[in-house]
Amino acid sequence: MIERFASGFHPFVLPFMFGMVFVLGYCLYGLVHIYLQLERRERRQFLLSLITPATIWKNVRDIFLNCLIHVKLWKRNKVLGYMHSSIAFGWFMLIVLGHIECWVYMPHRMKLFYYPIFFNYFVSENEATVGGAIFFFLMDFFLLVVLSGIALAIIKRVRSQIFGMRRTTRPSFPDRIGLYSLWLIFPLRLLAEAFTADISGGSFLTVPMNHLFGRFLGDSMHLLPTWWAYSICLGIFMTVLPFTRYMHIPTEMLLIPMRNAGLKIIHARRGFAKAQVWSCPNCGVCIDACPMNVKKANIKDATVYLNRQIRRGNEKRIEEISDKCLLCGKCTELCQVGVDGPALRMAQRAMRDYAYVPDYKNVTAVGSISAAAGAAAGAISGAAALRSATTGAAVLEAASDSSTAASTKASTGGSVLYFAGCMTALTPAISRATESLLKKAGVNYEFMDREGGLCCGRPLLTAGRYDQAREIIKKNRALILASGADTLLLSCPICYRIFAEHYKLTGIRVVHHSVYFQELIAAGKLKISHSGERLVFHDPCELGRGCGIYEQPREALSSVGTVVEAAESRGKSICCGGSLGSLTLSFAQREPITKASLENLCAGSPDRIVTACPLCRSTFARYADRPVEDIAEVLDSAR
Amino acid sequence: MKENVVIIGGGIAGMEAAKQLLALGYCPILVEKEAQLGGHVAQWNRLFPDMTPASEVVDGIREGLGGANIFLDTEISFINKLKDGYSVMLSNGVNVVCRAVLLATGFHLFDARKKEEYGYGIYNQVITNRDLEHWFNGAPDERIGGRDLSKVGFVHCVGSRDVKAGNAQCSKVCCITAIKQAIELKEKFPEAEIYCFYMDLRLFGKKYEDFYIRAQRDYGIHFLRGRVSEVSEDISGCVCVKAEDTLSGKPVKITLDLLVLMAGMVSNPGVGQIASTISLGTDSDGFLKSRDNIYGIIESERRGIFYAGACTGTKTVPETLAEARSAALAIHNYLSSSGL
Amino acid sequence: MMDFGFSLSPSSTINLDKADLSLLRKVRALEPDVDICMACGSCTASCTAGPFTGMSVRKVINDLQRGRATEIGKMVSGCMLCGKCTMVCPRGINTRHLILSLWRVYDKEAAR
Repeated sequence: MIERFASGFHPFVLPFMFGMVFVLGYCLYGLVHIYLQLERRERRQFLLSLITPATIWKNVRDIFLNCLIHVKLWKRNKVLGYMHSSIAFGWFMLIVLGHIECWVYMPHRMKLFYYPIFFNYFVSENEATVGGAIFFFLMDFFLLVVLSGIALAIIKRVRSQIFGMRRTTRPSFPDRIGLYSLWLIFPLRLLAEAFTADISGGSFLTVPMNHLFGRFLGDSMHLLPTWWAYSICLGIFMTVLPFTRYMHIPTEMLLIPMRNAGLKIIHARRGFAKAQVWSCPNCGVCIDACPMNVKKANIKDATVYLNRQIRRGNEKRIEEISDKCLLCGKCTELCQVGVDGPALRMAQRAMRDYAYVPDYKNVTAVGSISAAAGAAAGAISGAAALRSATTGAAVLEAASDSSTAASTKASTGGSVLYFAGCMTALTPAISRATESLLKKAGVNYEFMDREGGLCCGRPLLTAGRYDQAREIIKKNRALILASGADTLLLSCPICYRIFAEHYKLTGIRVVHHSVYFQELIAAGKLKISHSGERLVFHDPCELGRGCGIYEQPREALSSVGTVVEAAESRGKSICCGGSLGSLTLSFAQREPITKASLENLCAGSPDRIVTACPLCRSTFARYADRPVEDIAEVLDSAR
Repeated sequence: MKENVVIIGGGIAGMEAAKQLLALGYCPILVEKEAQLGGHVAQWNRLFPDMTPASEVVDGIREGLGGANIFLDTEISFINKLKDGYSVMLSNGVNVVCRAVLLATGFHLFDARKKEEYGYGIYNQVITNRDLEHWFNGAPDERIGGRDLSKVGFVHCVGSRDVKAGNAQCSKVCCITAIKQAIELKEKFPEAEIYCFYMDLRLFGKKYEDFYIRAQRDYGIHFLRGRVSEVSEDISGCVCVKAEDTLSGKPVKITLDLLVLMAGMVSNPGVGQIASTISLGTDSDGFLKSRDNIYGIIESERRGIFYAGACTGTKTVPETLAEARSAALAIHNYLSSSGL
Repeated sequence: MMDFGFSLSPSSTINLDKADLSLLRKVRALEPDVDICMACGSCTASCTAGPFTGMSVRKVINDLQRGRATEIGKMVSGCMLCGKCTMVCPRGINTRHLILSLWRVYDKEAAR
């Protein structure tokens, strides 16, 4: 290899250089901007993770698998997966190989940004070597890979159904410029390298093309214009990139380390949230995922549109989209970037100004709850200090004053505190069956909210009223710690999630009844006989996607009947439509969502629909054509 | 030869219409899916406002049915539209060709188990209005009999006036039925305190208001304006009812020995298939759609198809009987004019 | 005009002639269902916060419709948004959103 030009420069590289410098500058600015928006604690956490070997390895692996190979897309649809990884990985390999090539043959030019990109223009092949042939072959091969991806991308624009997508977003004007320039880059590169193949060398793709062009064009007048065009397309693509959906490419490389550092969305517009919003590739997978999309309703309320509106700063729409969402989490489950739609919306809800601030300072459990808790404390822990305090507020006060003391005193207990939750009060069959099962298994338990109790705080949390939720948590926490129980049993996944995530009940196991009963069955403490009935299990959003509990309920159910699967289940389960997550959806708007979810559940023609959430159960029972029961009822009624 | 008229449904509407059509010289073919005639009314004990025994009403109509073709335990397999009339295939293999069909398919009593928070089917102390009538009729029921009742509650509007239950309409007869049953229960358990939980008392019919006054004055029945929101069970085997006393603006809690749910009248889901084969519409309340809700309530939007009774909406017994008679007359007019 | 002292006493009556319905209008703009309540009291009866705080959605709606903003202020502070009232409402009113909307537009100063 020898250099064709002593200067190592040609003006055609300028458009590329402009774009490159611009996009790098922009990304650097964005990086600093987002970093500075992080709270001090978050910054420390982030930096620390960047020097921790385990997270470094995780970051490299995640970036490789997600940004280049797009493994999540492969799982969803193979053609879609191939299309993305061929372009991303192929392009990446072209860049890497270009640099290696340059480093091997022209190491002194490595400092020139553009040199490896336009390598073939600047060099001439004076002798054919095996190494050179391999390089040329690989370069042609990966160019072909990228071109196949581009071809698929063009087909996808016309017929997205082939790629398993029913609905997709409409690209904006800058998106289109980016898209068309991206489509053009690689065919132009092919042409440019083909025209140059007789000088700089080439392989199976470029050499035959060179002969072909040479035969009917007869001159090399086209050589320079194609290199110009190639450089201009690169320049355009990189210049418009910050204003298009393709900004997700660099942002995702920031998002992954931030997520691996354990950052959480705190402010809906700043820091980590901003990285999430800009990582959205606008692919529209969340449109199909959204349970609200029945009969083409609420299409514009999918997470992709939330991200788009946040980028545009359309406050009215941001509020609408944020308030309507059921917070079922399916969009996040299917999103290949992992944009946390529900968390973004909750943070957005928390930003709102409220003229009125409720406070629960005066909510002292004078009546039933503390009496029950007092009785429970007496009965279970036997702690003398608490036994005397059976009259109402005294327990609450004592507990909140010295909650840690109470918990240590009571730790000798060893029994179950059953908290049914607000929603279970409306489905007495569930608490009845739960009590019956506990009795059958000989478990020593206390029913905390038999005669009413406080809310768990999750509904306030999802409404973005964090401070109020915290107050409620504090009150409940004191009561639970004072009870002296070692296990907190919950019927409602809404309660379960907040108890598990936010209560910090040290020394107390928080468990959902579906898991608890499965354990009792496995331990042989509950004898259940098989009826042969076909049962379908509906994964409640808060239990499944929310807490990752999918298998235990199915295992428990398999001892009663034959578990059949819904058309979409587990992580892809469809929200029942009753979710408290949505603030604005009306009763009438929820009906089609519930019906669609029921249809999904009945795909395997089950005899009974089983769920593990009082809210799902009530919602489904309204329209179901077959019995809807909680897992506790099914287990209890089995003989 | 006498002309056939198929009547679907052997409740009081179908029976009364058959009786009238017989008198007008037709050959009514009465098709009933149950084993006996009389429908819901035959299962009731006594009727407001004069405590008339329900059996008296049903038997009275039945006496006029001599000569009618009655098929019990029979359902409609399908109905085909002919050029001028209908061909009705029955589940017992009989095929009838006729020019007029009368739908008297009645209503369906709301399944109280669907209002889960009331605990019907879960708690032993919770029964429905129908259960209570059965007991009045002498059917044994361990939930009611064999013990002293000291406190009893009646919940109005169970499954009616409730969009959550899918029935926004007022069931019309439950208010007066609750008062009637409360009085009857008080007669059997004079020591019992009886509470009626209502949203609005709708006592529109002849002598209904008198009934209300009697319940208050002569029987000391308590009326509490507030809808029951949830029912739980206490350790002593009683049910604990939560409601708001909206007039004093305070939540109320009461422990009861027995809770009677006034399950409302809802549209009969069984009629759906027949309705769809001859493309009859349903109104926004789920009941069959009349040609007009003022002057054409007994006529459908299809020629030769007529309605009587609760298939088009909630009705009282006298309203149903009056409709059955006017449907018979409308059929007579239709057949005699189109026959020429 | 001479005042004979028989005019309505402001503290014990609701004078609809002078009722200020601006709060109702503001809430209605956010949650139109505020008008379809039939005052059955299911919400109050099932209310989780009610036994502790005297919270009553039915009263809140009624007070909104009568222009009694001060009374509302005393009541809505205890709501925990648990959603039971929304579940039991026979008219399908989104009571949670109603309370949230009220929290948004409630003007403490004006209500005094």
